[in-house]
Amino acid sequence: MAERTVIPFGPQHPVLPEPVHLDLVIEDERVIEAIPQIGFIHRGLEKLVQKLDYQSFVTVTERICGICAFGHSLGYSETIEVLMGVEVPPRAQVLRVIWHELSRVHSHLLWLGLLADGFGFENLFMQCWRLRERVLGIFEQTTGGRVILNACNVGGVNRDIANEDLRGIVLILDGMRDEYQVLLKTFLKDRSVANRLRGIGMLSKEKAREYGVAGPFARASGIAEDIRSFGYGGYGFLHAFEPILSDECDGYARCQVRAEEVVQSMDIVKELVEKIPDGALSAKVKGSPAAGSRAVSRLEQPRGECFYYAKGNGTKYLERFRIRTPSSDNLAGMVYTMQGCDLADVPMNILTIDPCVSCTER
Amino acid sequence: MGIQITGMALKNLLSRPATKLYPVEPQVYTSQTRGHVDNNIEACILCSICVRKCPATALAVDKEARTWTINPFSCVQCMTCVRVCPRDSLSMLPEYTPVASNMSTRTLVKPEEKPEEA
Repeated sequence: MAERTVIPFGPQHPVLPEPVHLDLVIEDERVIEAIPQIGFIHRGLEKLVQKLDYQSFVTVTERICGICAFGHSLGYSETIEVLMGVEVPPRAQVLRVIWHELSRVHSHLLWLGLLADGFGFENLFMQCWRLRERVLGIFEQTTGGRVILNACNVGGVNRDIANEDLRGIVLILDGMRDEYQVLLKTFLKDRSVANRLRGIGMLSKEKAREYGVAGPFARASGIAEDIRSFGYGGYGFLHAFEPILSDECDGYARCQVRAEEVVQSMDIVKELVEKIPDGALSAKVKGSPAAGSRAVSRLEQPRGECFYYAKGNGTKYLERFRIRTPSSDNLAGMVYTMQGCDLADVPMNILTIDPCVSCTER
Repeated sequence: MGIQITGMALKNLLSRPATKLYPVEPQVYTSQTRGHVDNNIEACILCSICVRKCPATALAVDKEARTWTINPFSCVQCMTCVRVCPRDSLSMLPEYTPVASNMSTRTLVKPEEKPEEA
């Protein structure tokens, strides 16, 4: 019987944009068990909710993570709106979804680039990030920031996008779409990509349900779960929404789901720009959340379903605010998919699951 | 490997670089860029609403000394102060502040109001 060895992986590793540590128990070159350890970038942001009033706290939620920044401010605002019974104007709802879907495009392009870099396809990495730059350009033109948008507040949005600027955004996305099709073809048709990703990190549909994985990780295992299909907020304006699924259950399927979601998000933005109503940008929010009031809301972040909980105490400070992020759901599934894989496949396995450690640790 | 993107790669050989040679090529600010907060101190009434609302505690007002102070190293350009200002004396300007050699705050002094002539 081969001797068992423990190899530490991370928290600093070229494939990890953020720190997570894994103790890999290996036998020969095969991983028997992976023991995760998190807590390297815990900042205690949830506790800050007791020191900042509920309206100012949006600025903190936006800084939870650099990739899902707008999503967290949106999720927090929606939770407080449920807590206080605030009706958000339709134009604000649609603008929120447009920014959120653009965030998904930039997040997925960033991830596709990192994946290409992970398997040594430098040119593809650069092309993905070059395209992503245009989305960041749209953010800068419309909100003044490339990462921290500062566009969402409790009750609506802080700034408008003029209708002609919205049509300009669609033109930019249409220009990106042709170039993206070339990249999509490379990810989905190129033999070198398939050779590296097929059969990596298999997670069957039953196991995916058992471990409660979320987002593209779950959808690549054939679970049709996408909070967007409930039609909350601005998604209610969409004619139809079907989540992108795959039954292949491996790393290649995760790549395929994310790659196709980029096109889907571009389509959503295009449809919403045609349907955007005129009207107010923000509803007046007065008073404080009632003592003992509780609210939850769910949001489809680029990495999956994100769950928000807030509890009021009658003052302008919240009693408790809690986020359950998709990456914390996915960690259990990630550890499961590690069992039995080759040591050389561990980086690819982690990349295809795409854990966002900043969100997980807050 | 990568036959599909050969055309794109060749096209890139003939096109301009995707990156900017900063600072030789200057940064272009958009009209929305959040560079730094400025205060039209003559319109300011030193009401301190901006101080109370600032999530980064970057602002301070001293009513007796008639000063409005901002710590640019704490400011996160969230524009909360600009939105809550009752006199619209605060504004967000697109230019970033120049590189500083020491961490200092910026203080504006409100001039004394002249007594109205009888």
